[in-house]
Amino acid sequence: MLEILTANRLYDGDVVYRTAAGDWVADVDAAELIDSTDRLTLAVAAANADVKASKVLDVAPIAVEVTDGHIVPKRLRERIRAFGPTVKSDHRPGAN
Amino acid sequence: MYRYDEFDAAFVRERVVQFSDQVERRLKGEITEDEFRPLRLMNGVYLQLHAYMLRIAVPYGTLSSTQMRRLAHIARTYDKGFGHFTTRQNIQFNWPALKDVPAILSELAEVEMHAIQTSGNCIRNVTADHFAGAAFDEADDPRPYAEILRQWSSLHPEFSFLPRKFKIAVTGAAHDRAAIRLHDIGLEVKRGDDGGIGFAVYVGGGQGRTPMLAREINPFVPEADILAYVDAILRVYNLFGRRDNKFKARIKILVHETGIDELRRMVEEEFAQIRGGVLGLPAEEAERIRAYFAPPRFEERPAVSAKLNAARTANPTLDRFVKQNLHRHKAPGYTSLTISLKPIGGIPGDASADQMDAVAVIAETWAFSEIRVSHEQNLILPHLALDDVPDVYQALAAAGLATANAGAITDIIACPGLDYCALANARSIPIASQLSERFGAPERQDEIGPLSIKISGCINACGHHHVGHIGILGVDRKGEEFYQISLGGNPDESASIGEIIGPGFYAEGVIDAVETVVDTYIKLRLSPEETFLTAYRRLGEAPFKEALYGA
Ligand code: HEM
Ligand code: SF4
Repeated sequence: MLEILTANRLYDGDVVYRTAAGDWVADVDAAELIDSTDRLTLAVAAANADVKASKVLDVAPIAVEVTDGHIVPKRLRERIRAFGPTVKSDHRPGAN
Repeated sequence: MYRYDEFDAAFVRERVVQFSDQVERRLKGEITEDEFRPLRLMNGVYLQLHAYMLRIAVPYGTLSSTQMRRLAHIARTYDKGFGHFTTRQNIQFNWPALKDVPAILSELAEVEMHAIQTSGNCIRNVTADHFAGAAFDEADDPRPYAEILRQWSSLHPEFSFLPRKFKIAVTGAAHDRAAIRLHDIGLEVKRGDDGGIGFAVYVGGGQGRTPMLAREINPFVPEADILAYVDAILRVYNLFGRRDNKFKARIKILVHETGIDELRRMVEEEFAQIRGGVLGLPAEEAERIRAYFAPPRFEERPAVSAKLNAARTANPTLDRFVKQNLHRHKAPGYTSLTISLKPIGGIPGDASADQMDAVAVIAETWAFSEIRVSHEQNLILPHLALDDVPDVYQALAAAGLATANAGAITDIIACPGLDYCALANARSIPIASQLSERFGAPERQDEIGPLSIKISGCINACGHHHVGHIGILGVDRKGEEFYQISLGGNPDESASIGEIIGPGFYAEGVIDAVETVVDTYIKLRLSPEETFLTAYRRLGEAPFKEALYGA
């Protein structure tokens, strides 16, 4: 099973993903793809250190697939977190 | 309108300074999330799917133009240019950064607003009829009493850590527009035989996973005793409400398990001890607070506006708007106007910063700078001269706010659902948008008449689905969004909880299913005057079941 690590960034709450280099970024495609339990354990430990260091919160591994070269979370909830609300915004004049 | 007294203003400012400090320490890593979470929740800051969410109280739904303008400014400066008005007469911002929240709160404090007690197991924002002080049918304006309760409950040391959250609603009229039977305590302002003010008191209503209608605990508590009586209820709840199980902690469970008669006895006993003490409400004090809510100076006007009538004849869309969105006012020649936040296909309750500014200007120009937020997620101009309706309509249309659908099938309530909410099982807003599009044609809406659809994305029922004439509840079925339909719910004085009509539907099927229900109603109603709710109560669920699932 393929997994990536996600969290919310502390200072603005934004959805972020953990890269292989240990950074937290908004782009889900930049996440480190993890396919072994050992690797996951290490990544989670490192991520939890970042929780302790008050960089991120609510760390969680999520299941993903790779489709056409892009990482796509399996659960709808995680797809909405990754790609944003599915609501239309064209009904709010003046909103951006 | 009520003005913060010295104490309120000083307290709110102090709280902002305190929270700024807490945020700074959190961002520096000096306190952990476990330590910080309760502090941020006390200040209305949640963490949702995409970002933090800030919930700001709009006490009894009353806003001034100045406050609305400030909300617009906050939406523009700190959010993505819009805000979401909720069924609790609050506004939520979906995208603020934690680092900006102290600045937002201090901007709010400048206009006498805050986010205190919008979360946690305390007494939450007291809600009231959105036509308060304006409706032709009210016994009296419920807001002074909502304000008295707000002052009493704000930071009440004894009631800051209740077994669970506690919601109070007040209506000023026998026709209940504040859903008081769905609140922990519901109050209806009444006149006694001598014309004096009192309250019918209801207790133990609630939605969530165990919906229950409140029971009448006392048909008439005189004004002077109302705080003591409510306090007595809270004391009994605080002592006997269950703290062992979060799902059984609301007062509705206590009422259910104890029985209303025994509970009444306990409350009366408590009441007998505190009655006439410090919680008495002297007539002068009630009068002082009432003065803040004195109606604006209405001019003498003829009951019928020739100007408006001529404009209606000339403009059929204005005519339709007037039929749909005006509510009868107590002063001749005036009206209350609903500004629908339900554009066809849009997001229920959302308003852009530009729209908020437009509403502020309109209220200032024509409507005594007064605005209300309704629990139906719309805005209201409570006091407006009929003569000015054509101009206001033009101004609303220019801001994309002239949807003529108050109380119609497209006036849908929907919670944020899986698009924003961390607790959700399924999306609510896209279902609302699709239903709104399906039924959006004016002729179709007129054919259907008054019908409410209410949608929640999980069993917490923030979208009031239990009391929708048609209720829709999103659940998770093996990872797929799935929707249960209930029929016959109703929030007013003839309140009822909707009944689940049968197996649910996937997202693709639920829109058609609702249309089947609507078509069945139209086919079986005695006349176009028989509303959906009346017809459903007469017919029962059988014909709807059959139409949906076959014989
Ligand atoms: C997005 C963050 C939200 C969270 C985390 C949340 C959480 C909850 C929870 C846990 C309950 C169940 C309480 C119980 O049964 O004891 C509830 C009930 C409720 N919420 Fe929300 N809610 C949210 C947003 C909203 C919004 C946007 C509205 C208004 C549109 C709202 C209005 C209500 C109402 C009316 C109830 C049911 C009344 C009752 O408590 O009996 N909530 N909410
Ligand atoms: S009903 Fe559920 S999904 Fe909707 S806002 Fe409330 S908690 Fe979130």
